[in-house]
Amino acid sequence: MEYLVGIQGKDFVLVAADNVAASSIIQMKHDYDKMFKLSEKILLLCVGEAGDTVQFAEYIQKNVQLYKMRNGYELSPAAAANFTRKNLADYLRSRTPYHVNLLLAGYDDTDGPGLFYMDYLSSLAKAPFAAHGYGAFLTLSILDRYYKPDLTREEAVDLLKKCIEELNKRFIMNLPSFTVRLIDKEGIHDLEKLTHGAK
Amino acid sequence: MNPPPASPEPVPLPFPISHGTTTLAFLFQGGVLAAADTRSSCAGQVACPASLKIRPVHSHMVSTTSGTSADCALWVRILSRELRLYQLRHGRRLSISGAAKLLSHMLHPFKGTKLCVAAILCGWDGGEEDGRHDNGGTKTDLGGCTETAKKIAKSLDTSLQKTQSSSPTLGGQQHLTREKIRFSGPSLFYVCSDGTRLQGALFSVGSGSPYAYSILDQEVKWELTLDEATSIARQAVYRATHRDAYSGNHVDIFHISSKGWTRRSREDLKEEYYREKERRERGMRRDVT
Repeated sequence: MEYLVGIQGKDFVLVAADNVAASSIIQMKHDYDKMFKLSEKILLLCVGEAGDTVQFAEYIQKNVQLYKMRNGYELSPAAAANFTRKNLADYLRSRTPYHVNLLLAGYDDTDGPGLFYMDYLSSLAKAPFAAHGYGAFLTLSILDRYYKPDLTREEAVDLLKKCIEELNKRFIMNLPSFTVRLIDKEGIHDLEKLTHGAK
Repeated sequence: MNPPPASPEPVPLPFPISHGTTTLAFLFQGGVLAAADTRSSCAGQVACPASLKIRPVHSHMVSTTSGTSADCALWVRILSRELRLYQLRHGRRLSISGAAKLLSHMLHPFKGTKLCVAAILCGWDGGEEDGRHDNGGTKTDLGGCTETAKKIAKSLDTSLQKTQSSSPTLGGQQHLTREKIRFSGPSLFYVCSDGTRLQGALFSVGSGSPYAYSILDQEVKWELTLDEATSIARQAVYRATHRDAYSGNHVDIFHISSKGWTRRSREDLKEEYYREKERRERGMRRDVT
């Protein structure tokens, strides 16, 4: 029922997540933020089983900050992604695996923007665009069709809007609003929430 | 003697029905209002028609509980103990947000077991003169919440951003105690043993919660007076108990303000049923004449 999407441009990454925190058939919150700030230029988007998401994401978040405190410099997005994947893999065959699906988006000063797709089986892939959730079935082909590696910020936001329109049109779950953020060399920027219809 | 035949295939539920109860809590200008029914059910029977589902944690916090009665009773007591220890060690009360996080972390190791606790922590942060003492109420009267509280109740994004993003600065700042804006005002957190922890302005938990939500979503506003809020809470629980078999009997209503929590005497929902019946009959009679 939850939806995450990320689109990488030439010098930025655009990410969006829905805002619903649900419990069985009830929406308990309409303005829930599924993005966790790992550092000034890295965001972790996390969906999955109820408690696992927050526990795992906060664990990764605090460890990334600890690394910075101990070593004096920040983990790069690729390093953070591999660290996250390693943790998922370590817990996978334990009694308490974490059932979470993740997108890690970041901007590295040397390597540029990066979007990493991870799932609960601890797979890791660097991708130009990615999505999680049932909504991914509806939107990946739109991303396939219209994505170009040198998207501008406006084009990326338009592409994102196309995806969300499709969800509003065809997805049975009502996802009224989406948090949208953009990461570039200046850091993380909050963009306007994308809402659908009356609140 | 042959044993009786095994019961037939149970009918599958349309969605997971859990926690036979109706509890609710919401924020308004007068603080926090919490209400719950009093029926404890066990395998289709009413095990206790007069159980207490809203338990005080300390002078300025109560917890509505739903799930397994024993688990709830135990864990709320453990939470009270830990909060009191924190208060003695640090000279101030832990915030509701902190208490919710503490409970959530304490319940996490039991994920996947049959432990079932779904609590709404309702309380009032801040406003203590002497942190170490657990008075019946605060000596200083804040006279309503600060601007921060209102803003936070209305736009709940900020609280999550506060807890999530605290990236430490390099060099100078070794000391990482949260010297943030000391929030003061009413606060509401939903904590569940599956790991969910949500801050909000309105929650309802239990099998009767969908029915309660529909009443609350229509009527709850920040500007309600205490009497209006009480009557809406009572109505919501009443309607939920009317429709839900696992909720019923009486309703408990607690109000938390800057001075602490107060409890109304327990009300029998049978009275509410007859009051409404009378209202309808009067209404119909008026229409007829």
